[in-house]
Amino acid sequence: MSERVAVRKTYKLYIGGKFPRSESGRSYLVQDANVSLASRKDARDAVVAARAAVKGWAGATAYNRGQILYRVAEMLEGRREQFVALGVPGDEVDAAIDRWVWYAGWSDKLAQVYGGANPVAGPYFNLSAPEPTGVVAVVAPERPALLGLVSVIAPAIVSGNTVVVAASPAEPLAAITLAEVLATSDLPGGVVNLLTGRISETAPTLAAHMDVNAVDLTGVGDAELAVELEVKAAENLKRVLRPAPAEHDWFADPGVTRMTALLETKTVWHPKGT
Amino acid sequence: MFEYAPAPESRSVVDLKPTYGLFIDGKFVDPSDGGSFKSVNPATEEVLAEIAEAGSGDVDRAVRAARRAYEKVWGPMPGRDRAKYLYRIARIIQERSRELAVLESLDNGKPIKESRDVDLPLVAAHFFYYAGWADKLPYAGFGPNPAPVGVAAQVIPWNFPLLMLAWKIAPALAGGNTVVLKPAETTPLTALLFAEICQQADLPPGVVNIVTGAGETGRTLVEHPGVDKVAFTGSTEVGRAIARSVAGTRKKLTLELGGKAANIVFDDAPVDQAVEGIVNGIFFNQGHVCCAGSRLLVQESVADRVLEALKRRMAQLRLGDPLDKNTDIGAINSAAQLARIKELSDAGSAEGAERWSPPCELPDRGFWFAPTIFTGVTQAHRIAREEIFGPVLSVLTFRTPAEAVEKANNTPYGLSAGIWTDKGSRILWMADRLRAGVVWANTFNKFDPTSPFGGYKESGYGREGGRHGLEAYLNV
Repeated sequence: MSERVAVRKTYKLYIGGKFPRSESGRSYLVQDANVSLASRKDARDAVVAARAAVKGWAGATAYNRGQILYRVAEMLEGRREQFVALGVPGDEVDAAIDRWVWYAGWSDKLAQVYGGANPVAGPYFNLSAPEPTGVVAVVAPERPALLGLVSVIAPAIVSGNTVVVAASPAEPLAAITLAEVLATSDLPGGVVNLLTGRISETAPTLAAHMDVNAVDLTGVGDAELAVELEVKAAENLKRVLRPAPAEHDWFADPGVTRMTALLETKTVWHPKGT
Repeated sequence: MFEYAPAPESRSVVDLKPTYGLFIDGKFVDPSDGGSFKSVNPATEEVLAEIAEAGSGDVDRAVRAARRAYEKVWGPMPGRDRAKYLYRIARIIQERSRELAVLESLDNGKPIKESRDVDLPLVAAHFFYYAGWADKLPYAGFGPNPAPVGVAAQVIPWNFPLLMLAWKIAPALAGGNTVVLKPAETTPLTALLFAEICQQADLPPGVVNIVTGAGETGRTLVEHPGVDKVAFTGSTEVGRAIARSVAGTRKKLTLELGGKAANIVFDDAPVDQAVEGIVNGIFFNQGHVCCAGSRLLVQESVADRVLEALKRRMAQLRLGDPLDKNTDIGAINSAAQLARIKELSDAGSAEGAERWSPPCELPDRGFWFAPTIFTGVTQAHRIAREEIFGPVLSVLTFRTPAEAVEKANNTPYGLSAGIWTDKGSRILWMADRLRAGVVWANTFNKFDPTSPFGGYKESGYGREGGRHGLEAYLNV
């Protein structure tokens, strides 16, 4: 009896809830798989998808967003072995799952911790509340491919931002597999969009895009490219998260600054009277 | 209009010197290359004083002084002692408030009733508020042991000279940072009087340094490699240039930039209150306000009624001597700003909008612009898109709340917005959807040290005021 011939997976981009190939028709070889080599046009398409998703995602209740992030953790737990088979260490998968759980719980706590009533010197109701910045372009850290990716996506989307992420070019398989997890977690299409390929090709388009509100340069290892991206981001005054130091410990407590850096504070005044 | 006899505030409380030096390391010093410029009273074009212009050597001296003070004195000082200096400063500002208000109106051109009743009380309150934070930083929500950033380079505009100084210096000092501040070249005088107040408070030398000059001095300061933090309030154009210049550095940056706020009036709003809000929104401080309500969006069904009442009210505004206590509208701050307002207003007429001003006599000398509204404005008009920074209102109409939101958000800016309606649920619905950092409902242009202020999108990033305002000056 002949051995069963395995069904291989095609690794594609994740844009607007769908898995298209690069419009450029290009791919590159990683771990014996042909991975889509995203073009500048793919990056622009991903921004359009991310923008279209803002209204529904930012407008969803915090409770709803929290449940969806928790659902991601559930789905990821179920696929643990798949990531291990791709070469992701088991403790990294565990940490990535736990990170979704940690951020899921923040969705309905951010406003109480980072907003509040302001005691102004006059007869006014005055309340500050955090709101999502909008569309965030993210360059994910090169390594650890899964935990690093989760650690930059989750804090951006928990508050209602949508993201376009340039995944680690060296280890994109875990990223696309994570996209499959996201696609089956009730996360609306377009909230997370994932590009594989060269950072030098996609990131400048994202940093210069006038419909992107913030850039997270965490994974940019090339100092010259980081400066170029920051300069491009200045054109429409994007919020900028600068590259993480090389020795950053992704397993450590992530803290809140990745979430708060992608929030706007809105303050509403109203007179009091009879 | 009722006739009033002039009621000018006395200039005698102000002791103007013919020349002013730079304030570096606790002393007034001459600039190393001897450059200077003049500050004029925009209401009369009278030269008020000759001001030292800081060159790169002077900026360097100031940054070094700030560094020394940060490392040796201010950084290590217990928070409770920093608090006491800030409380002292707040008290001296209250004690010398009339002098500061008159000087502000002389140098800036704003009506004395605004500098006296708005600017100065807010300045003192801001120092008093942040003084209280200096010894409570572990409780501010930025971790148990928040550290200062270091030396802050601060560049401020001419529209609220002393208030913007307070917004910059008070949180910086409370957090344990030291500062080098550059006031605008047309309004340096109250900052220099503030330097004297620092001396009077025995603030340790180098904690506050004031370098005067124009754009080049500001650029040298923010690009100086010895500063850890840059804070800028001013135009979006300059903000962009600063954001580019800090690329690749570890400098922390906050920007408070331009705006083109929508002031939205619904058909159920009390017309007289809304009209007061519209007038306050655009004519307060001659419209030299980044958060000014410069686009009036009025619901079509009440547009005629609101405009008629607005014009009647505008005819009562008194334009003239900023030191006259009856004056509502003072002088435009500079010839350059007046030229900009005229250029954009002419573009409004040329693009087909209808221009109206009440009968209004402008003084012969000085820089003046009559309160002006444009009707029949479309979203494509320059006067609906560009910040005019003057007493010029563009009027647009809408039919549904959704259309109002759409039009209000149709701008690269996002600093502030106004809503006028009697329906509570509509206020909250609108407030949720307006992409702006401050939303005033049934009020406008209200400020408070406890209330965070700052923009979305191209209006900049970071917040000033409140607990949020500390974040810019702490390593978080």
